[in-house]
Amino acid sequence: MGAVRRIDAARAGRPGPATADPIVQVRGITKRYGSTEALKDVDVDVPRGKLTTLLGPSGCGKTTLLKIVAGLLDATAGEVLVNGKPISGPGPERAFVFQDFALMPWATVITNVAFGLEMRGVPKAERLETARHCIREVGLAGFEDRYPHELSGGMRQRVGLARALAVSADVLLLDEPFSAVDEQTRRKFQEDLLRLRHQENKTFLFVTHSIEEAVYLSDAIVMLSRRPGRVNRIIEPAIDRSGSPDEIRRDRHYLDTVEEIWHSLRDFVE
Amino acid sequence: MSSNVHSPGAAAAAVSGRPGRALARAAGALVGGPMLWRLASVALFCLTWEVAGRIPVSYAFPTFGATAAAFAAMVADGSLPAAFAVTLLPLVIGVTLSAVLGVGIGVLMGLRRGAEWIAAPVFIVLQAAPMAALIPLVTFVYGIGLTSKVLAVCLLALPVIALNGYKAVRNVNPSLLAMARSFLASPWQRVVRIILPDASPVIFAGLRLGVSAGFIGVILAELLITPTGIGDLITYHRSIANYAEMYASIASIIVFSAVTLAVLQTVEVALFRPEKKGT
Repeated sequence: MGAVRRIDAARAGRPGPATADPIVQVRGITKRYGSTEALKDVDVDVPRGKLTTLLGPSGCGKTTLLKIVAGLLDATAGEVLVNGKPISGPGPERAFVFQDFALMPWATVITNVAFGLEMRGVPKAERLETARHCIREVGLAGFEDRYPHELSGGMRQRVGLARALAVSADVLLLDEPFSAVDEQTRRKFQEDLLRLRHQENKTFLFVTHSIEEAVYLSDAIVMLSRRPGRVNRIIEPAIDRSGSPDEIRRDRHYLDTVEEIWHSLRDFVE
Repeated sequence: MSSNVHSPGAAAAAVSGRPGRALARAAGALVGGPMLWRLASVALFCLTWEVAGRIPVSYAFPTFGATAAAFAAMVADGSLPAAFAVTLLPLVIGVTLSAVLGVGIGVLMGLRRGAEWIAAPVFIVLQAAPMAALIPLVTFVYGIGLTSKVLAVCLLALPVIALNGYKAVRNVNPSLLAMARSFLASPWQRVVRIILPDASPVIFAGLRLGVSAGFIGVILAELLITPTGIGDLITYHRSIANYAEMYASIASIIVFSAVTLAVLQTVEVALFRPEKKGT
């Protein structure tokens, strides 16, 4: 609707337009808390199998939008469609990774990872095997029987990620997953996420306030304006990710995109 | 219980003198630091008591030694065990009732607004009320039997257990609840797998407060309603100026109450919070 849609020139060479097969469609979402308007008439298409980032200054409602897509919050107006069907709450095709990890402190890593499967009634032996596989996948093998308080922040978020992977949802919703971990862990985590994205055929919807993180990871960046949040523009950084992480971070296109986003965001900050 | 009263004497000897320090350190390595400090605290208390009794502070204030001797004699002649059996019956019934009802009502109040509106004001008023003033009323209605004593225990224990349960459920980590919802937990699974474990520390804090209030209730009942059990022992030995026996009765119920609360804490950690084991 009111969204300005500017497509990066570089996208032309990519197979198929982003909106051809959207797995998540956000239609006219408005969210009001009392008299404050957090989101206003937001339309976003999340392409299947891609990593899409919601980027914006704090208070722009990006986490609110993610929680509405997750079914954890009700929108004041508008609807969200997943696989073409409107949602009415959380569903098995979506899994959430929480900013504060949201791990059960009284449960071991493997019980935490298996939680989603347990709620779905998967038999114990089967869910433990799946959980063990996912724990290996995120690089936590050997920590199955530890408790969350014995792990570092980065490791805890890996548990949160493994829990979301375990339920084999099509869409992973990540709410600033790296904001509570230190910079080294964050980078390592980002690289792992890129690797995971290639291994697993999943769609990622990712909320961050870090421009570098968004450009480094995303196929598409949805920029939200300040409150009330609206889609300001959509950028599709066509960065060649075949090189090493360091090469990507020095890539001309990567640096230009970061710079470009920074300039357009600066208008909101000032 | 008896070991709790008798053994500190040995530890006191080890800690009080300078040469005892090496011994204390050896014992520390053996038992583990915190345990030794706890024993030292008990020993110091007993030593102070002994000294105060020898001054003497008052003719009605026996020494620690005399009290311990009276305790041993009362255990030997069976009067203390018999009194405990009498006191424990209304206590156990009352505390069990209060625990089941209190946790149940408290959790319900936390989960449902309707239950909160109906029940919360009652418990808030009951908690604020000076219970000793209500006990004659209880006797007036229910006589001097077991019912009155159980009721006295419940009146004191129930409000604190219920209100703690209610606050515990209200303060469950909202992020964990959102997590459970997003991973499709049913309302029942949310209660059993998230709310109860997360609320258990505060629920158990309420239970511990409730149990100690129950001890107050049963002793008040024995002092004010029917002279039986430990309350009777206290009254009786006071009336015939057997101060050592009176102190032994009082000290034994205090130690018993403390041990009960410690056991409750162990049960809590074992049942609900395995991650806190060994800390």
